[in-house]
Amino acid sequence: MEQLTNRAQAVNRSPMTFSERIYLPAIFKGLTITLGHIFKKKATYNYPEVKRPFSPTFRGLHVLNRDEEGRERCTACGLCALACPAEAITMEAAERKPGEENLYREEKYAAKYEINMLRCIFCGFCEEACPKDAIYMSETVMPANYTRESFIYKKEDLLIPHPKKQENA
Amino acid sequence: MLLLQVDIAFIIEKLILITVILLGSLGIAMYATWAERKVAAVMQDRRGPNRAGPFGILQPLADGLKLFMKEEIIPERSTRVLFILGPCLAMLTACMTSAVVPWGPDFTLSNGHIVSLQVADINIGILFIFGVVSLGVYGIMLGGWASNNKFSLLSSIRAASQAISYELAMGISLIALLMMTGSLSLREIVSQQHGFWDGHWFTWYFFKQPLGFLIFLVCAFAELNRAPFDLAEAESELNMGYHLEYSSMKLGFYLFAEYVNMFVSSAIMATLFFGGYNFPFMDAVAQHVPAWLFTLLCVGVLMTKIIGFILFFMFVRWTLPRFRYDQLMRLGWKSLIPLALVNMLITGIVILWVLK
Repeated sequence: MEQLTNRAQAVNRSPMTFSERIYLPAIFKGLTITLGHIFKKKATYNYPEVKRPFSPTFRGLHVLNRDEEGRERCTACGLCALACPAEAITMEAAERKPGEENLYREEKYAAKYEINMLRCIFCGFCEEACPKDAIYMSETVMPANYTRESFIYKKEDLLIPHPKKQENA
Repeated sequence: MLLLQVDIAFIIEKLILITVILLGSLGIAMYATWAERKVAAVMQDRRGPNRAGPFGILQPLADGLKLFMKEEIIPERSTRVLFILGPCLAMLTACMTSAVVPWGPDFTLSNGHIVSLQVADINIGILFIFGVVSLGVYGIMLGGWASNNKFSLLSSIRAASQAISYELAMGISLIALLMMTGSLSLREIVSQQHGFWDGHWFTWYFFKQPLGFLIFLVCAFAELNRAPFDLAEAESELNMGYHLEYSSMKLGFYLFAEYVNMFVSSAIMATLFFGGYNFPFMDAVAQHVPAWLFTLLCVGVLMTKIIGFILFFMFVRWTLPRFRYDQLMRLGWKSLIPLALVNMLITGIVILWVLK
C-alpha cells in the first residue's frame, strides 16, 4: 500500500526484556515524574479571588460612550448595524430638538438602540465601523441570565454613566 | 453462674476502644477521599477541592451529605435482599479487620490496671485477617450478581477471580514471614520488631523479607481493587463495574469501603513489615517521657506509617495506567506465585542451614 506521508514509524514488537517485565524500573520512573509535578506551579487561577488579566485586545460587553460634557456621541448613522455580521444591532434615529443640546452631541441621535447579546459574536466590527467613537467594547464578560428578553440590551443598559450627574455610578 | 459473671469494666473498656478505632478508621477513610482528590490535583498541576472550608477540609462532609440526599434506586429486576446485603457486607468486612491490629503498646493505669490498645489479641491474627478479607469479595460478588446487569456481573467476576488469584501469592509471601516470626499473633510479631536495630541487623521485617514485602504490596493493591489493578471498576469498559446499579449511600458504602480497606491494609503492612508502633530509639524515649505520652507517641508513629502507605497507594494510582485482564492474570499466576514460592524456599533454607 502506498503511504500518504513518510511519518509512519515501525512499532517495536520485540518481546519485553527482563527489566521491562518486572515493571519496577518503569514504575519508579513514573513515580518520579508524578511526584515532581507536586512542586510545579499550578495552572489554575483561584477565580473569584484572583482574576485572570484580560488580554489588551479583549472584546467584552459593549458600552455607548459620552463626550466630556456627558452628551451621547451616537448619531444613529447605522454603520455599526451595517457592519455587524450577526445582525445583532437595531436602532431608531430621532432629530435633536432645541433645548436638548446638553443631551446629544450631534443633531441626530439614537432614540432606540438595542443589541441582542444572544446574536452578538463579539467580533468588534461595530467598534471599528463607528465614525463617532460612540461604541466601544469593554473588559466585562456578559453576565448570564434566565430569560431571552434580558439579553436584549437597551440604550440605558449600554450607556456609560454620566460623568457629572452620576459620580461613580 | 459463671456465664453471668461478666466483667463490666472489661466490656466498657473494650467498647470504648472499639468505638475509638471504628471512628478513627472511618475518619481517616473519610479524609482519605479528600486526600485522594488533593493528591490527584497536585500531581496534575491542579488545586483540588478548596471551596468547602479552609483547603476544602469540609469536602468529605459535603460529599457524604450529597450521597445521603440522593434518591435510593433499587432496580426492579434485582434480587432485593442480596442487592442491599452487598454494600453492607463490603462495609462490614472492611471495618472488622481492624480488630486484631495492635494500635500501641500496653498502657498501665495508676491503679495498676493494664489497658491493651488492641481489641482482640487472638493468636491467629493473620489468619483472621485473611478470612475477613476473603469475605470482602462476597460484597462485590453479591452486589454484581444481584444487580441483574451484565456489566456488573462481568466486573464482579473479574474482581472475584482477581482477589482469589492474588490471595494465593499474598498468603505464600506471608508464609515466608511467618516462618521467621513463628507466630500468627500480630502482637507477638510487633513485639519481635521492637526498636529498630538489635545490634546485628534491623529488627523490622521489611529488612529481612524485602521480596516478601514487595509481593505483599502488589497483592494488596490487587486485593483492594485499586489502580493499577482496578479492573473491577474499569469505568471505560464496564461503566463503573459492580456498583453500576447502586445509588445514594449504598454506592457510598462501596466507595467508602475501599478507603477503609486501604486504611486497614496499610495498618497491616505497617504492622507486619514496618514494625507497627515501634520506632528507632524508642527505649531511650520511653525513659524520658511519661507513660501516657509514650503510648500516644507510639500510636502517632503507627498512624504516620499508615498515612505514608495510604499516600503511596494514591501516588501509584495517579501514576500507573490500568493493567489489562490477561496481563493481570499473567502477573499473578506466572510471576508473583512462583516468586513467592522461591522466596519461601530461600527463607526456609536460610532458617534451616544458616541461622540454625
